[in-house]
Amino acid sequence: MRRGFSRDRRGQIRLRLDPLELTALDELLVQLLALVEPERAEPEDPLAAMVGIDPHATESDDPAVRRLFPAAYLDDDEAASEFRRFTERSLRQGKADRARAVMGSIQRLVATDGQGPIDSTEVNAWLGSLNDLRLILASRLGIDDDDGLWRDELHDVPEAEHAMMLYDWLTWLQDALVNVIDQG
Amino acid sequence: MSIAPVELERPETDEAVEPDRPWITLVWNDPVNLMSYVTHVFMEYFGYQRQKAELLMLDVHQKGRAVVSSGTREEMERDVTAMHTYGLWATLQKDD
Repeated sequence: MRRGFSRDRRGQIRLRLDPLELTALDELLVQLLALVEPERAEPEDPLAAMVGIDPHATESDDPAVRRLFPAAYLDDDEAASEFRRFTERSLRQGKADRARAVMGSIQRLVATDGQGPIDSTEVNAWLGSLNDLRLILASRLGIDDDDGLWRDELHDVPEAEHAMMLYDWLTWLQDALVNVIDQG
Repeated sequence: MSIAPVELERPETDEAVEPDRPWITLVWNDPVNLMSYVTHVFMEYFGYQRQKAELLMLDVHQKGRAVVSSGTREEMERDVTAMHTYGLWATLQKDD
């Protein structure tokens, strides 16, 4: 079986990764969860909680979080704030749920020698979480151009080497998953 | 916290006097989202054919942004929320 994502003859999407890769991914997902999990307990108003409204939601100081939950209006701060109050909590919950689903999927892969089928209900969680992780890493690395100039800038930063490797690896994984999904 | 529907909480807008002026959803270029992924999202969420999805993706990539849908403000807020769920950078505005 090929490394990474593939589709078997029955059309089932499968994944095969090394134990170290699975561990690395799990650790990244723990960090993703810490960033996206709604910060407060349920809002005081049970009805607000029920429909996913967070009256206290404000734009984060963390650029990575801002990229995950960008302003929906470019030049209308009031509308952007209102949109955030009505949507950010459920967006956060959705991203947290996806990360947890992938962590569960990883646990099953670990138990089956690092390879196995990805449940069709979990495929979108994988795709979304891989994208969330890449967005966060890109923000931390300061990736801000299409031409790869950031690679030259980070070339002499030894601490960035590991994160760059992870970023490229996540890119490979996500691209393979998109291609495998679109073949189906 | 009021439990009134979203629409009722909004201040009156000029939508009422300009019923035909649609709102648009813009997707902005970023160096992270893969071309394959952006195309996949446009096909999956909007139901666009591959060719249309790829053209929109290339517009985003080469021109920096593309209008991916248009409609009422509420519809565009739904689309923007969906794009943020996918991790694309999207905004809505009135069509100029």
